[in-house]
Amino acid sequence: MWLLNSSIGKKLIMSISGIVLVLFLTFHAAMNVAAVFSEEAYNMICALLGANWYAVAATVVLAGIVAIHFLYALLLTFQNMKARGSDSYAVNTRQKNVTWASKNMFVLGVIVVGFMLLHFAQFWYKMMFAELLGNHEVTLGASQVSPQDGAAFINYYFSQLWVVIAYLIWYVALWFHLTHGIWSSIQTMGLSNNIWIKRWKVIGNIYATLLMAAFAFVTIFFYLKNLCGGSCC
Amino acid sequence: MDKNINITVKVWRQKGPQSKGAFESYQLKEISQGSSFLEMLDILNEQLVNEGKEPVVFDHDCREGICGMCSLYIDGHPHGPDTEITTCQLHMRKFDDGATITIEPWRSAGFPVIRDLMVDRYAFDKIMQAGGFVSVNTGGIPDANAIPIPKKDADLAMDAAACIGCGACVAACKNGSAMLFVSAKVSQLALLPQGKIEAARRAKAMVSKMDELGFGNCTNTRACEAECPKAVSISNIARLNREFIKAKLKD
Repeated sequence: MWLLNSSIGKKLIMSISGIVLVLFLTFHAAMNVAAVFSEEAYNMICALLGANWYAVAATVVLAGIVAIHFLYALLLTFQNMKARGSDSYAVNTRQKNVTWASKNMFVLGVIVVGFMLLHFAQFWYKMMFAELLGNHEVTLGASQVSPQDGAAFINYYFSQLWVVIAYLIWYVALWFHLTHGIWSSIQTMGLSNNIWIKRWKVIGNIYATLLMAAFAFVTIFFYLKNLCGGSCC
Repeated sequence: MDKNINITVKVWRQKGPQSKGAFESYQLKEISQGSSFLEMLDILNEQLVNEGKEPVVFDHDCREGICGMCSLYIDGHPHGPDTEITTCQLHMRKFDDGATITIEPWRSAGFPVIRDLMVDRYAFDKIMQAGGFVSVNTGGIPDANAIPIPKKDADLAMDAAACIGCGACVAACKNGSAMLFVSAKVSQLALLPQGKIEAARRAKAMVSKMDELGFGNCTNTRACEAECPKAVSISNIARLNREFIKAKLKD
């Protein structure tokens, strides 16, 4: 099977799974922004995405895509290290036009996955997973809340400074990853040429920036809101 | 103005493919900045021979930037710090008095060191033999203008055909990928009516040979394009991906 055996096939798997994950991030960002305007609306989405069969099925598919993206990154990186050989250059330079992110995609990916685990422990484990176990109450700090009360979760976690800082670092790593990832995936699909490569790069940068700005905005918004006890916004 | 400079060259010395190599430093005095980089190495070798030492082995042939034989990874750049030239076109005026110049061979598992700065680039020939040609039946010479070709396509094909197969792309790539070379060779033919007929077979055969020889997977860092002495664009890589995916989907 060429998709699994050839170098271009394997890269196509990286490219398509990456784009799907970008689309998921877009949905996730839109959902988060809703929380700023109305916590009820956000909780409605949370209830919709609780332990319903379609949400669980989508989560399984999503987890599969993340796993594929990560495993193929491992495989390709390993092959590339082998192809590079054991002797390294004494003098190394980064050429103009070569972005830092493009040379550190794997490291950035590992950072992103690391924070993802933190995120799952804080949210998913106590929300969808708790519901799957049949729990209708979970402990959040000192209080007991419903696993569908997403707004309580954001208010609780984003009132803590270390969580906010950790998430902001996560967004920065993801931003670097996406600034290379978006245009690179389109190049791998072959949908690029001398003119479009510049356009895809600009589109990729704008998209990554808007996406991460949306995530960062929600995070900071809830930190500030809880800082002043909800009286200022 | 060109003047004479004193330099130190740090050269990779390695007896054979299996032996362990190491850097050795040599002092060179009164090197004219008007001399080419390879002439400087000729002077170094003459000095070494006069001292009764082994001269440095390096690849070179036409010395005018068209044969693709010269290599050398100079101060962190394939073909040296200047852009869009080969090592043989590099001149000593790019270096300052008292400079230490580090010269390394191409480093990639696909290009094993033969001796000192000379590497085995036979892998590229194998990729070419896999499909980098147009099959023709011999016969009368066709008229040059019998098949009209749009100027745009002719230009793109010519830009791709500028590739001299030196291997700087592989040397510059952190993944040891040969995609820029293969894509240039696939593109130069796929863009023209004569080469289009076998485009699918060519793309499949050359990519499969490239993978088989252990070259890495392209991650679009663009280091190859920046270091290519002929400025071959990575839009050729997009074209190769396109040709390859199209050919495989058709199967």
